[in-house]
Parts: sequence; structure tokens; C-alpha cells
Amino acid sequence: MSTAEILTLKGVSKAFGVVQALDGVSLDLRAGECLALVGENGAGKSTLTRIIEGVFAPDAGQLLLDGKPVQFSGPRESHRAGIRVIHQEPEIIADVSVAENVFPGALPARLGGLVDRARLHARTAELLRLFGMEREMTPTQICAGLGPAQRQMIEIMRAVHAGGRVIAFDEPTSSLTGEETERLFAVIRRLRADGVAVVYISHRLAEVVALCDRVAVLRDGKMIDVVPIDETSEEDITRKMVGRTLTEMFPGRAPPGDATVLSVRAMTTEHVSDISLQLRAGEVLGIGGLVGAGRSELARGIFGVGARLAGSVELEGKPLPSGSPGDAILAGIGLAPEDRKHEALLLMRSILDNAVLCIPDRVSRGGLFDRRRAEGIVAPIAERMRVKAPSLHTQVSNLSGGNQQKVVLTRWLARAPKVLILDEPTRGIDVGAKSEIYRLIADLARNGLGIIVISSEMGELLGLSDRILVMSEGRITAELEGAAMTEDAILRAAMPSGHAPVFDALQGETP
Amino acid sequence: MTSDVTRPSAKATMGPLASLAERVGIHNLSLILALVVLLIVFGSLRGDVFFSSRNVLNIGMGVAILGVLAISQTAVIVSGGLDISVGAIVGLTTVTTAMAIEATGLAAAGPAAGLIVGALAGLFNGLIITYGRVNAIIVTLGTMAIFRGIAFIISDGQSISIFNDTFRLLGIGRFLGIPAPIWVLVGVALVFYVFLHLSVVGRNVYAIGGNPVVARLSGLNIRGYRLSMYVLSGCVAGIGGVLLAARTGSGQPISGSEGLELEAITAAFLGGCAMQGGKGTVIGALLGVAIIGVLNNGMILTGVPTFYQMLAKGSLLILAVLLAEYRLNRT
Repeated sequence: MSTAEILTLKGVSKAFGVVQALDGVSLDLRAGECLALVGENGAGKSTLTRIIEGVFAPDAGQLLLDGKPVQFSGPRESHRAGIRVIHQEPEIIADVSVAENVFPGALPARLGGLVDRARLHARTAELLRLFGMEREMTPTQICAGLGPAQRQMIEIMRAVHAGGRVIAFDEPTSSLTGEETERLFAVIRRLRADGVAVVYISHRLAEVVALCDRVAVLRDGKMIDVVPIDETSEEDITRKMVGRTLTEMFPGRAPPGDATVLSVRAMTTEHVSDISLQLRAGEVLGIGGLVGAGRSELARGIFGVGARLAGSVELEGKPLPSGSPGDAILAGIGLAPEDRKHEALLLMRSILDNAVLCIPDRVSRGGLFDRRRAEGIVAPIAERMRVKAPSLHTQVSNLSGGNQQKVVLTRWLARAPKVLILDEPTRGIDVGAKSEIYRLIADLARNGLGIIVISSEMGELLGLSDRILVMSEGRITAELEGAAMTEDAILRAAMPSGHAPVFDALQGETP
Repeated sequence: MTSDVTRPSAKATMGPLASLAERVGIHNLSLILALVVLLIVFGSLRGDVFFSSRNVLNIGMGVAILGVLAISQTAVIVSGGLDISVGAIVGLTTVTTAMAIEATGLAAAGPAAGLIVGALAGLFNGLIITYGRVNAIIVTLGTMAIFRGIAFIISDGQSISIFNDTFRLLGIGRFLGIPAPIWVLVGVALVFYVFLHLSVVGRNVYAIGGNPVVARLSGLNIRGYRLSMYVLSGCVAGIGGVLLAARTGSGQPISGSEGLELEAITAAFLGGCAMQGGKGTVIGALLGVAIIGVLNNGMILTGVPTFYQMLAKGSLLILAVLLAEYRLNRT
């Protein structure tokens, strides 16, 4: 195994506004090596990837390619230098063939500018054979019907034929089955053997330990440690990732009450199956699981987005009709969706307009909007939520992620709901605002609200919840309470059934 | 002439029908089926004239100009755009064609003036859309009025007659018994078929329309490609204008205003285009044109009042887009 450094980062820093996303990070990517990049959400992994890919320029520090300083003005330049990122959502051209997808912008030509299809298909077939994918796809197949694993493979082949020397995989197994994961590992090992510097970004430490040669741990924008995989363990990596003690971030909590506010019985929708859960007043119920496990779909099912195929949802003993978010709101349920910008907020409108969206009856007089009355309702709540803005008339798009989330919370509190469902409430929010959101959640629970928090962040889930449900493949696979709430237990229950044996085997290997 | 992209399938176990569907494409097959149904309906209602060679050529003449416009519209839509100013460009170029012949007395000056002015109009569209980053529908809606206005201004609102018999052969001449405009359509179709389906540049158009992110990262000049498609579209609309001027023997600022762009866009969507771009074929567009031509002709022969014909054409466009959306959601 060669250890020639292809790409080196030296003291790279990057800030977005007041958030220091990367702080003096140094790292080297070596030919024929698989380097794991791990860290909690918001630790700076994506920023680091984007700097390597040339999407962002670093504020300070240097990138060295083969020892020479380089600056990429964009992904096109980094691609030319042989640096590729295989994204979580592979970009493909839906209505053209596999072969044309592998060679976009680089179709082999014959005399007269016509596509040399024989050569195009032969080269694609060769690549497919090289990675053992010849049974999965044919060069002439249209890409529209391909699954995530095959789409990912197309991006990999794109990178390889273009002479990719550094290939970074961003959470590559998040939508793969166990078998597909195994095959991807074979492909990555093949790339490594061919001298590619592989960067493997993943939350799944078992995979990291099984596949990678070194592991780099990021936390709050700083490179905490880079160690050979033989000299560390999953527990050690986790400790380095989480770092701070969780109690600093999460306020103390009062024990939940005894009254059940929300009760879901055997709910089945198009996306989730046989969901049963009880939520008590003053309780924070965490829902964990991998992306795509059906957590947001569960929230939507309760809220009544789309029809329920079976089962019932009752709020304080009264059944909620299926397929009617309006009735859910009237009954006292609020939902803050994961995608704030697209699903929760009218970005071009003011804080006030956004906050009164669910209380049209209370802010109109004779059918006309009564601004003064609206301000009277919203102002005290916004103050309690500590929304930081010049005025209630500030356009929401000008607010930070944390303040935008507080506007969403303000909207729901104006309705005084009994149950609030928060889907990834701190996604894209900096650490300071995060702890404020945590405090608000604890506050609301203390006042008797039942709260469901969906989160991909282990620390958040463990720190906030009284109880945790774990989902996998559209079903609830575990209910954890008290001392049983551990990262390990969540991960174990979150793995799709196909993964479980692999995971167990890997656990055995770890020292 | 089918695109050689196919889905993998157990070829050995396929029946003859499935194998036909695979070769022609299920979408084109359904268009052919729709066409056959129309032919049967109108044939049984007016069998006396409908299948006469004269009427068949009539249909061909009727759709020759629409055909070239539908094909270039397909190229624009594949690239991720839309051009609704083509009808106005046809009107404008009939005028410039007539004026050029009147001024020089040369037959060749007509096509030259038509093509150049058409290309310039397309360039104008393309520059605003690509460099101004304005929505293509809005831009070409605006230029539709602008081009029409220019046509009226330079012609003073009058029809300009063309007294050049050589030039008029393009509209009313015949070769091997087939009218010249149909030959022009065949020529344009062949050129676009080779361009869109076989050439590297054409395949790149599918890439930029299908996924601009991939195309940009693959080093394709998206702006250049998009701009070229509008120039091409304007140029082909110029061809349409030249054909129309040659057929009518005049340049009329009002010509091409009776929903020509609507029919061209309808044909393109019937032919399998998707609003998002990256999809569409020349064969599909031609089949779409054939359906519209047969429908137009059949409705006239069976005496459907003009107002109801408009109703039918508008409904057809919406139906075509509904079908396109349905196909998109299914995959």
C-alpha cells in the first residue's frame, strides 16, 4: 500500500456568518488508502467535503495537490484535478442510457461528430465488468428505473473513467440494502487497490471500522484526531465525536405527567406499518432511525397528511379523521417539518404573517386582517421564544436558521396545541441556537405539552427524550426508556433487517 | 429509426408484440394507435374523400410548416426551454422574405432573408433567456408580441406580393409528385434526427435538459447550448416563414398567428417531450404532427364548426401535457 499524499489540507478554516464551520483543519488524503471522516451532524463534514470539491473556498489555510498549492473556483476545476464526491443523492440524467450517463460531456465521437456508440457501449460494459455490475445494468438501459445503488454506481463509474484520484463517498450506504452495501465495499476496496484516495463519510461506525484504514474525527469544526483504525475502537471514536458532556447542552427536565394526550393504534399508511404509540402530557418522545426509515412519514401520518390505510389516532380520547391536517390543527396538533424553508415557512413574508398562519380566525375582524390584534397575539410569544429580529415585520428569509425555527414554534404556540411534533428541529442550526431550542422544548414540556422529537442526532435524541422509539423500514423496532436509552441500542434497532448480521459480525471483530 | 436506448429484458421470451413495442417504443406505439383510430373514424365518416391521394397530399401540405416547427420545438424543450414566439417569427419572416425578393428580384434572396431574420429573432430570445436568466415562457411571450409588431411596422400593415415564379416553386412546386414543402419537412426531420439522436452535440442537449447539474459538472457549456437551441428554433421558424410565403405568394404580417405555436407545442408534447426537459424524439414529434394534421383535416371534412375545432385543439394540448405528467409520475 502506497502512502503518497495526493491531496493535503493545511489549517483550513471556513466560517458562515458567526458560525465557524471549520477551524484550522489539517488532513492528508493518501493514494491507496480509505480514510473515514466522522463527526456529528454540524461537525463540519459537509463543509470539508465542499471545500475539497471546490464548492466553497476556504477563508484561511491551503489545499495542496501533489504537494503544490491549488485553488478550485468550482467543482468543474476540482473534477479536472481528479477529485470527485459521490453524493448521497446521486445526480443522474433520467431519460438517457446508462452509457450516456457514465460519459456525460465526454461521449466518444466518430468523424463528423456522430456518437461512436460501439465504443461508448464497449467502454461502459468494461467498467461494469470491472466493478462486477454487469448483471445489474446494461449500457443501453434507460436510467429512469434504476435504484439508488445503481445510480450511485453510475456516479462512481463517471468518476473512474474521468481519472478520479480522490473519491469521497458521502453517507453512501444510507439507502442501500445489506447486500448492496457489501457490493459497494467491494467496489471501494477495488478503487483503493487501484491507488485511489478514498474518503468515506458515514455515521455507521461499524462500517467505518470494517472498511477504512484511518479515521478522522471532526467536532465543532475542529479536527479532533486522525488515527489508524487498528489503534482505536467504536467506543473511542464515539467519545471523540461527542466530546462535551451532554448535560451542558440539555436543561434539566421535570418528570412527565400521567395523562395520555396522544394515542396512535396500529396506524398504517402508504409508508409506515402498524405504528402504535402513546404520548403523555409533558413528555418528550424521541424518534430515532436512519434517513428513510419512515420517521417523517410517521409524523405526517399522525398529522393527517395523506390517508391512513388502517388504525386510529386519538387526541385526548377523541379520534382524528385521516387525511385532514386542518382537523389535526383544530384538535390541537402542531407539526414543524424537517424542511423548514420549503414546508414550514413563507420565506418572502414577514415574521408576523408566518406566525398567524394557523390562527386566521383570531386575527381578523369582519373578514379583514387586523394587524394590531395579530401583533398583540404574536409579540409576547415571539419574545418568549427569543426570536431575534429588528421587528415582527422582518422578512423571514433574512433570519438565521435558528430564528426561523423559532418563528415556526411561535406559529404553533399561537394556536396553543396539546401535541407538537418537531421533525429534525435543529437541522442546519448552529450550536448556540441549538441549546436555546433545547431549552424551549424543555420549557414547553414543563408546561404540559406532549412533544415528539424526530432526530438523526444521537446526542440530541438521548439528551432531550424521556423515552425513545426507533424506526426501521417503516416500523417501530424498539422502545427504549431510562438506562436502556443508549447509542448502541438505537443504532442496533435502526439497522434494516438486512444489515443486522453484518453489524453483529463487525461488533465481534472490534477490540 | 428508433433510438437505440432500450430497457434490458429477456429478449428470448418476448412475443412479437413486445418486441415491436421495444423497437418502436411504447410511447410511439400508442401514438400510432391513436392515429389509426383517427383514420378509422374519419375514414368511415368521409371515406369518399378522406383516403384520396389528393386529400392525403392536402394533409401533408397542411402540416409541412407545422412539422418543421414541432421538430425544432422538440429540440428546445429537450434542452429545458420553450419557444412560444415561433408563430410570430413565421409571420415576420414571410414579410422579410417578400421584401427581400421585391428589393433584389432574386429568388435566392427570399430564403436568405427568411433564415437570417429567423436566426436573429431566435438569438434575441436566447440572449435574454440565457444571459438575463428570465423564464423562457415569459420572454418568448413578450417577443411574440414584439416580432409581430415589427412585422406590421416594416410592412406598414400591408400584404406584400411576391412575383417570382422560381421562388414560388418552394411552395407550390412538386418533385416526384410530392409537393416541395413536404420534401423540406423530410429534410429538416432527417437533419434533426441525426443531430438529436446520433450526434455528440445532440446527446449533450439531452444531458443539459435532463440534469443541468450533471451537465455543468461535466464541463458542458449550458448557456451556449441553450442559446444555440433558440437560434436553431428561430432559424427553423424562418424556414416555415419562407415556405408559407412561397405557398401564398405573399408576405403577410398577420400570417402564422392562428395558433401555429400552440399546435407545434402540442405536437412536441404529444411526441413525448417533458416540461422539465431531457425528453422527446423527432419521430414522436412527427407522429404528434400527423395526429394534429389528420384531426384538422378530418374535422373540416366532417364539417365541425371552426369554433369547436379550436376547442378540440386546446383540449389536445392539455391532454398531451397531462399524459406527459402522468408518465413522469409513474417512473
